[in-house]
Amino acid sequence: MNGLIFDLKHYAVHDGPGIRLNVFFKGCPLHCLWCHNPEGISFQPELMLMPNRCAHCGDCVRSCRYEALSQNSEGVVSVDRTRCTLCRDCLEACQREAIAMAGQEMSVDEVVNEAEKDRIFFEQSGGGVTLTGGEPLAQPAFAASLMGELKKRSIQVALDTSGYADPEVFLQLAKKADLILFDLKIMDNKKHRKYTGVANDMILDNLKSLDKLGIPVWVRLPLIPGVNDDVENLEAMANFLSGLKLIKMINVLPYHKGGVEKFYRLGRDNEFAVYTPPSEDKVEAVIEFFKNKGFRVKKGG
Amino acid sequence: MNQRVKKLREQSLNTRPSISSERARIVTEAYRSPEVQTASFPVQRALVFKALMEKKSIFIDEGELIVGERGPAHKATPTYPEVCCHSLEDLEILNSRPKTSFAVDEETLRLYHDEIIPYWDGRSMRDQIFAQMTPEWKAAYEAGIFTEFMEQRTPGHTVLGDKIYKKGLLDIRKDIEESLAQIDFLNDPEAFDKQEELKAMAICAEALITYARRQADLAREMAAKEKNSERKKELEKIAATCDWVPAKAPRDFWEALQYYWFVHVGVTTEYNTWDSFNPGRLDQHLYPFYKKGLEDGTLSEDWAKELLQAFWVKFNNQPAPPKVGVTAEESGTYTDFALINLGGLKPDGQDGVNELSYLILDVIEEMRLLQPSSMVQVSQKNPDPLLLRALKIIRTGFGQPSIFNTDAIIQELLRQGKNLEDARKGGASGCVEAGAFGTEAYILTGYFNIPKVFEITLNNGIDPRTGKKIGLETGEAVNFQSFDELMKAFEKQMQYFIDIKIRGNNLIEKLYATYLPAPFLSLFIDDCIVKGKDYHDGGARYNTRYIQGVGLGSITDILASVKHNVFDHKVLTMAELLEALNRNFEGHERLRDRFINKTPKYGNDDDYADNLARQVFETYFKTIDGRPTVCGGTYRINLLPTTVHVYFGKVTGATPDGRLAGEPLSEGISPVQGMDRKGPTAVIKSVSKIDHLKTGGTLLNQKFTPQLLADEEGLVKLKDLIRAYFKLMGHHVQFNVVTADTLRQAQKFPEKYRDLIVRVAGYSDYFVDCAKELQDEIIRRTEHQGL
Repeated sequence: MNGLIFDLKHYAVHDGPGIRLNVFFKGCPLHCLWCHNPEGISFQPELMLMPNRCAHCGDCVRSCRYEALSQNSEGVVSVDRTRCTLCRDCLEACQREAIAMAGQEMSVDEVVNEAEKDRIFFEQSGGGVTLTGGEPLAQPAFAASLMGELKKRSIQVALDTSGYADPEVFLQLAKKADLILFDLKIMDNKKHRKYTGVANDMILDNLKSLDKLGIPVWVRLPLIPGVNDDVENLEAMANFLSGLKLIKMINVLPYHKGGVEKFYRLGRDNEFAVYTPPSEDKVEAVIEFFKNKGFRVKKGG
Repeated sequence: MNQRVKKLREQSLNTRPSISSERARIVTEAYRSPEVQTASFPVQRALVFKALMEKKSIFIDEGELIVGERGPAHKATPTYPEVCCHSLEDLEILNSRPKTSFAVDEETLRLYHDEIIPYWDGRSMRDQIFAQMTPEWKAAYEAGIFTEFMEQRTPGHTVLGDKIYKKGLLDIRKDIEESLAQIDFLNDPEAFDKQEELKAMAICAEALITYARRQADLAREMAAKEKNSERKKELEKIAATCDWVPAKAPRDFWEALQYYWFVHVGVTTEYNTWDSFNPGRLDQHLYPFYKKGLEDGTLSEDWAKELLQAFWVKFNNQPAPPKVGVTAEESGTYTDFALINLGGLKPDGQDGVNELSYLILDVIEEMRLLQPSSMVQVSQKNPDPLLLRALKIIRTGFGQPSIFNTDAIIQELLRQGKNLEDARKGGASGCVEAGAFGTEAYILTGYFNIPKVFEITLNNGIDPRTGKKIGLETGEAVNFQSFDELMKAFEKQMQYFIDIKIRGNNLIEKLYATYLPAPFLSLFIDDCIVKGKDYHDGGARYNTRYIQGVGLGSITDILASVKHNVFDHKVLTMAELLEALNRNFEGHERLRDRFINKTPKYGNDDDYADNLARQVFETYFKTIDGRPTVCGGTYRINLLPTTVHVYFGKVTGATPDGRLAGEPLSEGISPVQGMDRKGPTAVIKSVSKIDHLKTGGTLLNQKFTPQLLADEEGLVKLKDLIRAYFKLMGHHVQFNVVTADTLRQAQKFPEKYRDLIVRVAGYSDYFVDCAKELQDEIIRRTEHQGL
């Protein structure tokens, strides 16, 4: 069975305990305007142009059989995505890796082999594999099979999810994880829909349902100034989370502009918003807020 | 840090190194005396040492607690004309060069012109060595195939064990008497040599006692004049200390430090040994004195720290002896590689970490001096807090301490034939070299440029830089039908140059053993006294000679590229490759991009490349390991570069890994700069595929930005990374915490920094992949958090 994966990151140290391998699933039902991994949104492979690596030699343009690539007078390459067939010829032609393909088919074995390479680090540090994305639950069969194989090999698995999935699928996969990293963004349903493209009822219900499973959960709060850092939202979150027994920690993830460049590389120039990263003081205040409510809180993952 | 220490430290930092001609003068005068001229070589050297100890200027500076210096002032650096006689031109260069310069005054130039050069020119060891070397050796040396450690400095390269903490020099003299009494003058053909050597040792022991007494007298004189009652007391204690040690075994913490320091001054005055000298397992050796002092109330934690800090400054006052020419290029630094070892195991195999290990780490962090260097030994039996404490110092970005795997070092030493207890008493010195402290001469003989040998192979024995034929004709590269044929030619070529190196080494070893023995150093390394044999002549219990391989990462990427692009995928022909190299990739830029970006690279846990690293490693190992040396030692390998990868790069043309002519080679066992793109776990996996236990040391450099290590969790994960590396039997790792300047370079030359990981916010990313705006922000942050 194959999945569509857009990156494997070794020595991942911010997404669960210990030293981890992050497996990035491509495709996400949400479209958050602050997304820092926008190459994880589409369920299709996508070309990414890296102008900072480009030598403007034109090799890619010449290699394209579909006239999808072109250069302007300064030699800057652009892609007509309506013409591109994702044939990969330009990737072969470019010797500088200035064109990349976000998303490649990988089998469970291929991913597991990458994880096995890092076994000694997992065992030493209490780490393992984190399924993230994108949204791992959006490729449920592959995710289930991968998690099953990892468990069989005694490799710990964390599931990093938006929680937006069919409850049955959600529970079935959650059961296979040793830890759930659960994104909680906005409590107000209307606002949630505005900024992420989907409603949050199913997300909240899924989070609640975890309590019955007895699997530890770290709640991840991306802190987006002007979107979800208001007292009302934070209070609502705290209230909601207070009712749950298995919340072991809240990770406050301050907004950063790391995703902006990637939106451009993907040609998704109009699909994001730019915010001002929260000040240190603001982040500290939010951390304090949750600490005062009795939660264990950490900046970052 | 209190006022005294602050002042001593500032003074050390602010003093410019200078050349002192005093030693050269005393040595030359001594050699002219009839007594020296008629003596055996060991006794000659002992009489020269005696003259130095009796005549060299002494001083005790304000506030000093540990006394004695190698030169007549702080950072006044002696010369060793009997080893290497500097020309007037050398002295001018030393005075004016931009890096590692030494002030040279008119008086020194005059003395050199009138006395030193006329006496030593043509007679120094350096002159003798170059006169003896074969044309093949000279051609290879000039081409930059290898360097020669002993052409300007003497072997040295050993570390003190626990002997001086148990025996004074008077006790050691008794050992000498006993050994003399054992000589079989009827049957032993070496009887006379042994007698002379032991006589020489006795003279040296006496000479150091004399030197200490001179210091005691000076301290007493100063005490008598001192108005400040506290300083008066200190000077009186200094006098009493110097009366007692080194003649007798130390009784307290202060005496133990002072005794070591006298020995250090002695060793570094006798010769300009490679790697000044080194107390080795300092926390182990001093612990009994520390504990006793705390118990009987003569010592407090603060006072112990202050004494250690005063001791630390002494090392920093002694820059490495001046080096010129190729030797300056291979080791371009003031540091003289006194590497203090902390942690590790006790001789009985138990955890050796104690309170003093932590106290010394505090000293290292506060002092922040170039010298001495420091390291922590980490065994599986050692607790995590030691490693975490060390990492906290490392993240401040000062490059110390480095981290070593005790369990690997012990196995390396056992494989070389040391007994278990001697192995456990050992550690690493210099950069990363494993040794049995107090019992081994483990001498580095020179660096070996592995990629250059491959370049010569590709050119059928010719060095393309000069057009000279310096290697074997192993066949035109275009005629090789398979990668294996090419490898066979490369192996033959390597064997040829290693043979040239070893032949040269053997002569040099004998020259030192005969003409420049080291009777003072021999007092302290077992079993020189029992054997009646000099340290330079195989007197130590274990005798090892190293040839240090350089450019493992480069050669692996070079081979991977040739195999991948020429043989496996036939991207281009050998002739086309040679053409591109010959043109330094001019007009072949995309080909170079392919070599850099689309060719397997060492450091990414990719067996295609890593298996080639293993193959080259095994070839290098088999070519050298186990071969005998002339004085009863054995050849071994290690993989470290100091600064020679820059020099070796300068003499090596463009290479098939995409490296341009003249650019540095990779260092140690690290991947080629910027070519490891899968993060630190992949690097560790790759570099662990070579068998570290077959070496006497490997060096791995890793880069980190301070943010990655900012919080406790980051430190713990790094600690686990290191523990995992050590489970894989890696030998050593050191961390360069990246500065804002480095990040700016990375912004300018992204292709060289593709391995650089930075913490962005809640996540980490490759720096070169971040948008410019974000890079700027990270630079600002790094600047802010840096020092």
